[in-house]
Parts: sequence; C-alpha cells; structure tokens
Amino acid sequence: MAGRPQLMRPSIFCEFCKRMPESLIAIGDALPYLLQGALVTLTVVIGAMALGLILGIPLAVGQVYGHPAFRRAIGLYVWFFRGIPLLAFLFLFYFGLCTALDINLSAFTVAIIVLGLISSAYQSQIFRGAILSLSEGQFRAARALGMSDLKAISFIVLPQALRLSIPAWSNEYSILLKDSAVTYALGVAEIMARAHFVATRTYQQLPLYFTAGVIFLLLTWAGTKGLRILEERVRIPGYTTHGM
Amino acid sequence: MMATPILRIENISKRYGKKSVLQGASLEVNKGDLKILIGPSGAGKSTLLQCINFLVTPDEGRIWLDGQEVHYAHKRDLYAYRQKVGMIFQDFNLFDHLNALENVRIGMVKVRGMGKAEASERAVMELERVGLKDHMQKYPAQLSGGQKQRVSIARALAMDPMVMLLDEPTSALDPELIGEVHAVIRDLGNNGMTMIMATHQIGFASSLASEIVFMEDGRIIERGTPGKIFNDAEHARTREFCSKITELYGER
Repeated sequence: MAGRPQLMRPSIFCEFCKRMPESLIAIGDALPYLLQGALVTLTVVIGAMALGLILGIPLAVGQVYGHPAFRRAIGLYVWFFRGIPLLAFLFLFYFGLCTALDINLSAFTVAIIVLGLISSAYQSQIFRGAILSLSEGQFRAARALGMSDLKAISFIVLPQALRLSIPAWSNEYSILLKDSAVTYALGVAEIMARAHFVATRTYQQLPLYFTAGVIFLLLTWAGTKGLRILEERVRIPGYTTHGM
Repeated sequence: MMATPILRIENISKRYGKKSVLQGASLEVNKGDLKILIGPSGAGKSTLLQCINFLVTPDEGRIWLDGQEVHYAHKRDLYAYRQKVGMIFQDFNLFDHLNALENVRIGMVKVRGMGKAEASERAVMELERVGLKDHMQKYPAQLSGGQKQRVSIARALAMDPMVMLLDEPTSALDPELIGEVHAVIRDLGNNGMTMIMATHQIGFASSLASEIVFMEDGRIIERGTPGKIFNDAEHARTREFCSKITELYGER
C-alpha cells in the first residue's frame, strides 16, 4: 500500500464515476425543462438577429452612401451600442427606462430589443464592410442604366453584399447566442436561468451547468452549420466558398 | 439648314481640387456618327465620357440630347436621360450575381418597368445579336473577357439607347479577344448606332471613325477625319502621339 499512495486519495474522476448515476438522473430529470429554455434562448437570438438585420442594413447603406451628417449620426449610434456592456444596457432599459417611463414590457421582450439594438450596430459594420468590398463599378454600371440610387442599392449592391456577409453573420449568431445567457439577470427563463434554478435546488451544479454548456455548443453548431449551408445555396456560380 | 446634332456637349469642365481634368470640352455628334477619342492616359477621355452621362458631375457645361437640354440636377430627368445613353466600361462591370440573361434583362425590368417575359425575349434577342445565345445562363465569372464585354454591350442595347459611350472597351482584353468585340461594335456602326468611343486601337478607329478627336491635359487639341489626324495633323503633339501609338498598336 505504501508503494501506491495515490490510491489512498480518491481521484476526482473516481468521485465523478461514483456520482455518475445520480448525475445522469439529475440531467434526465432536468432535460425537458432545460430544452424549453433552449427554445426561449433561440427565440431571443432569432428575434434579436432579425431586428439587428432590419436595422443594420439601412444603417450600413446610410453610412456608405448617406449625407455626411447622416453618416456621423450613424457613427454615433454604432459607438453608443457597441460601447456599453450588455448587462448595463439590460438593466438600464429594463429597470431604468421601463420603470421611469412606466412602460410595461416583459423581460423577454426587453431582451430581444436590447440584444437586437446592440446587434444592429455590429451587423451594420458587417454589411458596411461587405458593401465596400464590392467593386465601385457595380454601382456605377447600375446608375448608367438609369437606376436611381435606391434601385441600384436594392437590386445590385445588397444582393451581392449580403451574400458576402454570411460568414461574418454566423459569427454574430454565435456571439448573440452566448450573450443571450446574460438576459438571465432580468429573469428571462432561458437555458442558464433554468440550469441555475434546478442546480441550486438539487445541489447538482456540475451536471446541470455541464448540460447547459452542451446545449449551447449544440445550438452553436446547428446555427453555424445552417448558415454554412445557406452560404453554399446562394453562392454565385463561378465563385467558391473555400479558398481553392 | 444643318440637322440638329443628336448630342451636343458644350464647354464641359471638371476639376478635382486644384487639378483641372477637363477644360471646356465641346462636341457635336450627329446621328450615326462614330467619334473616336484618342490621347494619352490622363488626357480626360474617360472623364469626358463619364461627364456625358453624369456619372461624374461636371462643374460647368451643358448637354443637349436630341435638341433637349438635360437638366441633370432633376433626378427624374437624369434617370430618363441615362437610359437613352448607353455606357460601356473598360472593365465591363457586369453585375456579378446575375447571369448573362439577367444582366441584360434587369434594366428593362427594373428601370423601364417591362414584364419579365417580354424583357427576357428582348434580352435573348440582344444576346443573339452579340453572338452569345449559347451562354445566356452563364455568370460573369464563367465568361471570358470578350464575352463579358459583349454581354455588357447587349445590356446597353436592350435599353434602346440613342447614343452609346464606350470607354476603352477593349483595353482589358487579350489581343485574341479584341476582334470579337470590335466585330460587334463595327456591326453597331453599320446599323447606324451613334457612338463616342475612347480607344487606343487606332487601326480599328481609322477604319470606322467619322471623326477622330485628340485630347490632352483635359483639352480637345485637334479633331478631324482619320486621314487628316493620322497623316496630316496640324499640331505637332497630335503627330507625335499618333506616330507613337501606331508603332505600339501596329499599322493602321
């Protein structure tokens, strides 16, 4: 026995194995509840991405083609929404603004609005970069045909720029997905809030937070995979989506 | 009485900061004319062409199309005018996300408001005219330079332009592909299309041009028939340029 002292102290691994059945049961019991949270998370993320998209496109177009004063205003907007931490924004909006102005919004709605506004600032820069990467001749040729600026942007510039934005957009998705966990602080019943709720009641912290992490990983995988498929689907013939 | 010119350009000037790139250029183009602009890089040929359809806004000058002055500050008039003036670029500028047929069709559908079926029919016709009927479904990235330039000519023709502006249409092409584009342009000329073209291909220019316009430093230095400009130019600078370019681009 003296020669093998490590057996005297049970390893973490053994401890984990001993508790394995207990952990599995805890995970099994909590899984449906956590998966409902995953639905909430996904709704928040998709809602925020959609809001960010709807606001981000005009912001990007305005920042590229707009009047100088307009461009500066958009620059301020982007600076503002990228410059304040998400948690601060959530509190400011939910506990601050909503209370002060006596607006009755659910934490869920506020989560979508705040994440969406922040995302619109980031997405606008994704689209702006894509627009600027197009050859200037595309816009010029459209105008030469007699298109108004708005038509040239809608039919020539954006269809190309949005395609080019998909890789960066999948970044935005995975970042938003993880950021959405912060909305737990408002009491949105997403994955983390639910994992925390069960963990503190069952004292099964490790298996529950582990499961929460795995659900996030799977959602990231599914979303980025989906966007990769979209990228391939809308690929312009003659171009590749890989380097060679 | 002389017929009114289809396009009249008077005293067009353009400055970028302190640099004057175009100084009082005037041109009169009659129906069926092919005016060729020659001159060294930076002479203002490209700027002049872009000023003619207001892709570059001139600082001074006036333009008349078919006797009507163009009020380019008025957007609606400007868009209507641009439809009547086709533009061909050195680097083609086909819309990369559309195939050849869609490239030719989009102007008719989105600008002229034609129905898709009717526009497609017309687009097929124009592509046939430039010899690309078999390549309609191909995207710009799948076409050769010469094919791209022919698609861009078809795209311009589909708008029924009164005048075509061609900005060095073959400068970005392999020598072997230049011929196919020239054939299309020659064909247009024979069918009475009015054109203003900047080019260094003086062999082609002299065989087809109704007038050669020599430009340098933003000014029109001299103009005349190909025979006069290439063999008997008044200005020493014109003679010098013509002899150099003949050396470079072969005999006329």
